[in-house]
Amino acid sequence: MPEQEAAEQYGTPAREVGEFLRRRRAQIAQRWADESLFRTVFTVSRDEAVESGLAVVEALAAVADGGRVQDSDAAGFDVVRERLARMGASRSRAGLSTARVSTEVDALRPPAEDLLVADLPDAPERVVRDCVTTLTVLMGTLRLVVLETVLSEGQELIERQRLQLLEVATPVIELWDGVVAVPLIGTLDSARSQVVMESLLEAIVDQRARFAILDITGVPTVDSLVAQHLMKTVAAARLMGAECVVSGIRPAIAQTIVHLGLDLGTVVTRASLADALAYALRESDTGRASAGPGGSGRP
Amino acid sequence: METSTGVGADLPIRSDTDLMWVRQHVRQAAAQLGFGLVAQTKLVTAASELARNTLVHGGGGRMESAPLGQGRARGLRLSFHDEGPGIPDPERALTDGYTSGGGLGMGLGGARRLVHEFSIDSAPGRGTTVTVVSWAAAPPRPREES
Repeated sequence: MPEQEAAEQYGTPAREVGEFLRRRRAQIAQRWADESLFRTVFTVSRDEAVESGLAVVEALAAVADGGRVQDSDAAGFDVVRERLARMGASRSRAGLSTARVSTEVDALRPPAEDLLVADLPDAPERVVRDCVTTLTVLMGTLRLVVLETVLSEGQELIERQRLQLLEVATPVIELWDGVVAVPLIGTLDSARSQVVMESLLEAIVDQRARFAILDITGVPTVDSLVAQHLMKTVAAARLMGAECVVSGIRPAIAQTIVHLGLDLGTVVTRASLADALAYALRESDTGRASAGPGGSGRP
Repeated sequence: METSTGVGADLPIRSDTDLMWVRQHVRQAAAQLGFGLVAQTKLVTAASELARNTLVHGGGGRMESAPLGQGRARGLRLSFHDEGPGIPDPERALTDGYTSGGGLGMGLGGARRLVHEFSIDSAPGRGTTVTVVSWAAAPPRPREES
């Protein structure tokens, strides 16, 4: 059968697609440079877009050679993963939804398919069909890779913002000469309390503070773990030679602490930040008076 | 589902973030049922303790909440369930200062003092279910008994 004979001169569809991609890489890259994904990312020069397109085509060819056209973890993608991530991120930053980015990646498929069909004029229909299917699968995998990178970019952003929030939410303020304060806002979990403790201890050293005020007005729930974190922070500050005052204890919190059975007896507490500051100033005055003259500070 | 009617819920407890959701849900549900600020704070704190136990000792689980009504009294029932190792001696675990981890040992006993009704169902290998009930005003129990 002549068709059978003709089919035998072709390799597996994946190999054919790989060879095609390599043979026509320049043309594919040129066509892709005009598609919205490349055109909008590389606005400065078209050459850049073509060069990026070439890199992606070569990566696809490598994946096709490996025969794993469905595998988004195929080694061939590693070379362009970072490039694709940058492109995807650039599109997301431009305000495109993930679905739109996906559509843009999908728009790269038709030009490549047209070239593939044109490249196999004499091949039997079955071979052409297999090759087109393989290319379609391969382009689908590319789409998956791009979406994965876009989504992981989002995850990284969330993680980065979470860390930023940790830092932002725990400022240490110098209230007075030798008095520092941390207004705590939000949930005091282990990670937060670690950051609070570190920045507070640093501030105690930097400002040569004798008093540190932890204000919990903005902490909605004080349970035994939060109390434990507070007491650890107080103990650490004490070791550094600073006396800690916990302020901002609202009536509801006070009742809850009592019912919970927590013993904050070792900690100086005050209802408001103002009370805590007044306490610190009074104590530092009496301390200075008993230490005799020579204390440098405010009158 | 509207959040305004979301007093009844089944929330997972798998991470610290879930604890935050539990606290937020309990606070909102209690506020909707007319709990005062002190009662809200107590119940949220109890839920926080129990949810953390579920996470830390039970290896994760879930919390179910359901509104209760008895006459004009409004209450909230919270059940914390895990399939962890269970508590061999629940009475001892309720003793203040008793801890199997690095905590203060006030969680379970403290939570019991913060709510109106408290029951614990646990045995080694069977997991643990702690159910608590709080009422918006004083518990309607006296009326029930008379």
